[in-house]
Amino acid sequence: MLEHYLSLAVKAIFVENMALAFFLGMCSFLAVSRKVETALGLGAAVIFVLTVTVPMNNIIYRYLLADGALAWVAPGLSAYNLSFLGFLTYIGTIAAMVQIVEMTIDRLAPKLYGALGVFLPLIAVNCAILGASLFMVERNYGLAESTVFGFSSGLGWALAIVALAGIRERLRYSNVPAGLRGLGITFILTGLMAIGFMAFSGIQL
Amino acid sequence: MQHSASYNIKFATALCVVCAVIVSLAFEMLHTRYELNAALDKQRNVLIVSGLADEDEDLSREEVEARISNIQTVIIDLQTGMPVTDIDPGTFDQRKQATNLLTSREAPDNRAQVRRLPEHVMVYEARGSDETLSMVVLPIEGMGLWSTLYGYIALDADLETILGLTFYEHRETPGLGGEVDNPRWKALWPGRRPFDENLQPVISVIKGRAGSVNEDPYNVDGLSGATITSRGVDHMLKFWLGAEVFGPYLQRIKQEREAS
Amino acid sequence: MANSVKRTLVDPLFNDNPITLQVLGICSALAVTTRMDTALVMSVAVIAVLAFSSLFVSLLRNQIPTSIRIIVQLTIIASLVIVTDQILKAYVFEISKQLSVFVGLIITNCIIMGRAEAYAMQNTPSKSLIDGIGNGLGYGIILMATAFLRELLGSGSVFGVPVLPLATEGGWYNPNGLMVLAPGAFFIIGFFIWIIRTWKPDQVEAD
Repeated sequence: MLEHYLSLAVKAIFVENMALAFFLGMCSFLAVSRKVETALGLGAAVIFVLTVTVPMNNIIYRYLLADGALAWVAPGLSAYNLSFLGFLTYIGTIAAMVQIVEMTIDRLAPKLYGALGVFLPLIAVNCAILGASLFMVERNYGLAESTVFGFSSGLGWALAIVALAGIRERLRYSNVPAGLRGLGITFILTGLMAIGFMAFSGIQL
Repeated sequence: MQHSASYNIKFATALCVVCAVIVSLAFEMLHTRYELNAALDKQRNVLIVSGLADEDEDLSREEVEARISNIQTVIIDLQTGMPVTDIDPGTFDQRKQATNLLTSREAPDNRAQVRRLPEHVMVYEARGSDETLSMVVLPIEGMGLWSTLYGYIALDADLETILGLTFYEHRETPGLGGEVDNPRWKALWPGRRPFDENLQPVISVIKGRAGSVNEDPYNVDGLSGATITSRGVDHMLKFWLGAEVFGPYLQRIKQEREAS
Repeated sequence: MANSVKRTLVDPLFNDNPITLQVLGICSALAVTTRMDTALVMSVAVIAVLAFSSLFVSLLRNQIPTSIRIIVQLTIIASLVIVTDQILKAYVFEISKQLSVFVGLIITNCIIMGRAEAYAMQNTPSKSLIDGIGNGLGYGIILMATAFLRELLGSGSVFGVPVLPLATEGGWYNPNGLMVLAPGAFFIIGFFIWIIRTWKPDQVEAD
């Protein structure tokens, strides 16, 4: 039992890393990885949002949207399949959660709030967050699995962005050609990191 | 600009209602067309996998329906392998059956991540003019990288060779896992051997080159850069063709053939 | 007037490209550029959603309450994407099958939210529409260019038409597998950025 959740977690963190295997959440990944401190802050925010939204969306899917899910309201409603409203509802939960996180960070850590800038509300459109909920639906996870999966995918994404930030901080001492400086070399770096993470794809859990 | 809380609520509600209406309208107007496309595509895939139609043949709806009438749709009880006569194939929806708790059971542990198995499954049987079975087409499904792949495998009635493999629905990455749809990859399957002497599935999708059908009948070349999708195909074949799923049905086919 | 319209339309192509300068819309640029036909349909879908969402957000910009503006923008965008998805599934079924999950991910394409927030909320509907189309075109250019290289070098074809005869079919070209994988896209886009910034040095980042 524990093994199942452990393997789910390890898969989500390394083998199927949201950032480096699925390439989700790239915009903030590339833009906020200049300094380890901000990367850590964003990573923590992403972990929190994922851990909360994936199980929440799981409940919404199973009791409202799935085929026949409305049967608990009234037996006649079991004919309805509202899964086409999935995108709207998931993004709604996510946006609400992000709004709460935004207000919390503004209150508790205003410097981090300023450093993250526009990329904090952009967590709402971080494809990793929506992607995780879509995976959860696709793979038919239960509530406990959704929570473990949400937390682990967030952890994997945070791991990747902090690693990239660490490398970029060191890169300041290198002689990068002018045209490649900043964004260009980050792209190439991420490509190399992605190749590195492909090593994990051989693991079968 | 700042508005009062009640304005916010009224605006939000109005927006939700308008968007929901527009989206639902679009769905209402378009979903029948889409479902027809999907059903036709499924049937086309059954024809392709059984060799009754070519990959690039452009078939009209009438042609598809005419050709598919040559194959018999049979609903079987998965656990016994016996045909079931009191269910109408026309309205049978296997996916609905699999999610409904009453018509399905929890699937045994499997690597294809299939959660539930329906009690009844729709298979296709082709028979020659003398009513002997020439081919069976079995539905299979399993998890790939992004999505569940749904497809058909066609087996010769002697269960010695695969006649074809095709996936009619999946959401894998275009150009990578999506290459399961590539005719060049699909062409690697006909002639491969699915089972060993004990009717256990040994057909595998492997990393690296697999030889030709004659040199390497039990292996098929995996898709470059699509490890997880390829592995998904491998797992789902071993699961569905194995003793826990289609086993009873395949045993029955084998026995009936040996008896005749 | 005509000059500023032209500038709104043309700027996002190279001077202010969403992918190479604004760092938006990256995820789909990596995933759907393995083939040119999927890149084309994706570009058209994004241009359509971007244009209409900027238009609608701009039309409502004085009515949208500030405190819920993000979720309002998202609702509009998500609705447009669902409708686009339905249209694709009903009319170009084969292509929609290939685009698969990435049509839904248009909702999270940061370009659309980014332009809604940064431009449409402060400008007139007609200008927002042009801005949406311009940014969509800028996105499309990078997508098509990346797809061209990835498909040519990775599969030897252009729009499905074989151009470099593959070794597996008796030709001489051994396809570059790396181009088909996402890291290949990273490298290609990295080099595009290098080229654009060498051409337009004002885009070079300060140290």
